[in-house]
Amino acid sequence: MREVTYNAAAVEGVAEEMRRDPKTFYMSTDSIMSLVKEFGTTRVRATPIAESAVTGIAIGAAGSGYRPIVDWRQITFAFVAMDQIVNQAAKIHYMFGGQRKFPILFRAAVGGGTRLAAQHCQSPYSMFMNVAGLKMILPSTPADLKGLIKSAIRDDNPVISFESNRLMQLKGPVPEGDDHLVPIGKADIKRSGRDVTIVAVAWMVHEALAAAETLEKDGISAEVVDPRTLVPLDAEAIRASVRKTGRLIVADEAGPTAGFSAEVAAVVTEDAATFAKLKGPVRRVCALNVPIPYAPVLEDHVFPNRHRIIAAVREAVEGN
Amino acid sequence: MHIADFGIGMLGANGIVAGGMSIVTGAALAAQFDGKGRVAVSFFGDGASNAGPFHECMNIAAAWKLPIVYVCENNRYAAQTSAQSTHAMEDVAGRAHGYGIPGVVVDGNDIFAVHQAAYRAVERARAGEGPTLIEAKTFRWRAHTERVGQPDFRTKEEIAAWIEKDPIARLVERLKAQGQLADADLAAMKGEVSGAIERACAFAEKSPFPKPEQATDDVFAA
Repeated sequence: MREVTYNAAAVEGVAEEMRRDPKTFYMSTDSIMSLVKEFGTTRVRATPIAESAVTGIAIGAAGSGYRPIVDWRQITFAFVAMDQIVNQAAKIHYMFGGQRKFPILFRAAVGGGTRLAAQHCQSPYSMFMNVAGLKMILPSTPADLKGLIKSAIRDDNPVISFESNRLMQLKGPVPEGDDHLVPIGKADIKRSGRDVTIVAVAWMVHEALAAAETLEKDGISAEVVDPRTLVPLDAEAIRASVRKTGRLIVADEAGPTAGFSAEVAAVVTEDAATFAKLKGPVRRVCALNVPIPYAPVLEDHVFPNRHRIIAAVREAVEGN
Repeated sequence: MHIADFGIGMLGANGIVAGGMSIVTGAALAAQFDGKGRVAVSFFGDGASNAGPFHECMNIAAAWKLPIVYVCENNRYAAQTSAQSTHAMEDVAGRAHGYGIPGVVVDGNDIFAVHQAAYRAVERARAGEGPTLIEAKTFRWRAHTERVGQPDFRTKEEIAAWIEKDPIARLVERLKAQGQLADADLAAMKGEVSGAIERACAFAEKSPFPKPEQATDDVFAA
């Protein structure tokens, strides 16, 4: 199969859906030129730098029968649109008794690795997970991103696509055509193993896979579970893996406090059948809870990586 | 609190001041895409005119020539706070010039003046010339909310002076002077409206409360 970058796979998914459904349109600051070329500036609109209004416009257009795509670019810019995201987009279907559907795809890059410091390297998805009424995805491979973006555009709800800064240039095999849909809410076992489950998202999936390679040489067999969707979370796939291995490491580039990793730990430990199989405490490998610093040596210290995953796995396996 | 009737094009009352302006602007974009001559209308108050969405929306709608009419019902108070203390300019409509669109001040308690301004603005929107900002000067008789015990710092004299300008009473007076409204017709209309309100109240009181488990319905569209 041909190989496509993570970033290009997303654009390819968007283009396929825009070809398929004339009600879709795209709004962002600084338009993506390949989309402008194919669909023109009416459907691919360059907006003022006004994320709040653009987000609200998407809600109004969605309620009027369209399927808008809003590209916030970096998640950091979504913060100026929080009223529209939290008070409006998430609640409008519920508040008004489902009178209309509000199909919207919001795109936002997250995570570090770009050396762009505190305001451009954030991973605040758990802030959004806490808001009822929003679905969200965080894919780790070009194929998953394309398939999930296509599903998100077809979904009748607001869906946020968190996309990893670190993976933008990552190449991988990507199927062509309309048939490649990855269902929202379905985890993927990226590697099978017996001794420990590593639940990881986005870039940390790749770090977890690298860690698993190293651990294999020491006779430790790690299973890597990629939830791919944050809301709705495929809790059963995670629990099933933990019931098999008896150990859980959660690897996330975000900070740990009330984070995605905390949610995974909770859904595993609150399930009696899964808890009964745990051989030791759940361990989290996350960023330190600080704004992301600018100096590379500091940034590298703050973010988790394969070495910290390996250390956590060894602790888990040797500790029990 | 959250009333809406999408079936008649009413996109919902918003609990956030200025929160609905961009949603209506999005409906205007949909109307522009559809090309069927529909026009969106965004109603808000003097308070919303100081919030970010007002300015962002006014600019985008002007730049994209969206078919929309922004109607500022300037009732002189944002909750308890006087517009005099929060606006440097007397007229909200004056801000329209900064966005390159017409800004029109009308007596908001004069039905004919409001109708005329709205008609022109809708015509302009339909002709593809973009938005208009109409500022209707008016007043709110009652407190900001219907909750008991809310403070109201407005003077009795100010409230009484505005009740004198009741737009419905003025309309009745004018129509009667022109010989276009008989007392019997007026009484019939009043009866019709009161009847509709009474039936609505009775319907609400008779309607059962939802089942508790319905709380989880509608979080997501199926």
